[in-house]
Amino acid sequence: MEFERKKGTLIAYVTGELDHCSAASVRRELDQMISDPGIRRLVLDVSEMTFMDSSGIGVILGRYRAMAQRGGRVAVRGMNPHVEKIFLLSGMNQVIETI
Amino acid sequence: MEPINQMKLEFLSVPENEGFARVAVSAFAVQLNPTLDVLADIKTAVSEAVTNAIVHGYGEKKGLVTVRAALMPTGVLEIAVHDDGCGIKDIQQAMQPFFTTQPEKERSGMGFSVMQTFMDGVGVESVPGGGTTVRMRKRLRAEE
Repeated sequence: MEFERKKGTLIAYVTGELDHCSAASVRRELDQMISDPGIRRLVLDVSEMTFMDSSGIGVILGRYRAMAQRGGRVAVRGMNPHVEKIFLLSGMNQVIETI
Repeated sequence: MEPINQMKLEFLSVPENEGFARVAVSAFAVQLNPTLDVLADIKTAVSEAVTNAIVHGYGEKKGLVTVRAALMPTGVLEIAVHDDGCGIKDIQQAMQPFFTTQPEKERSGMGFSVMQTFMDGVGVESVPGGGTTVRMRKRLRAEE
């Protein structure tokens, strides 16, 4: 996963497949990066993500909770129709900004 | 009704096989020329069922997961994902959106909801201590 830092915003480029098998390493990398208290906003760029199942919901909502606990925000950008379908089904669109 | 083609996969309950199973079933379904959207739905539903077998059926133990798929003359793909794991005590509860026995592991509890949304039919047979079979079907083309 690649990251880009713009002041208080961290952009994480989540590529490839996000399933139960890959979720633990994605979660670990993201948590390591957002442990910096200077990060107030996490943007998950999923435009190069080729597959996601409900394990991805857990990863995104988990990071949302972690950021919200310290007053931060999470946004998701670049969803393909398949990812968007899962996103809407889970109701994440009600709490997470989409770009 | 006899299928026009069928397949059976058997693999160890390790997470690396989640991708293998969904790609294999998707490749099998391609012969009826479904749309890319339909293939994505099938891959996702298979991924959910196989993940459930690995995570909830077997848990810390290892066992075999069996995936069967059949193409029916009606243009329907039938899939069965079976494990010989711990079984489900309360199937109705397990199928409720957001229900999970592992919230600490950030399991979303949306697996069955995804299967039900992405497929045309989902059924679950399970006996506590006696394993689980998830049966799903998806129409790949209009009936001839």
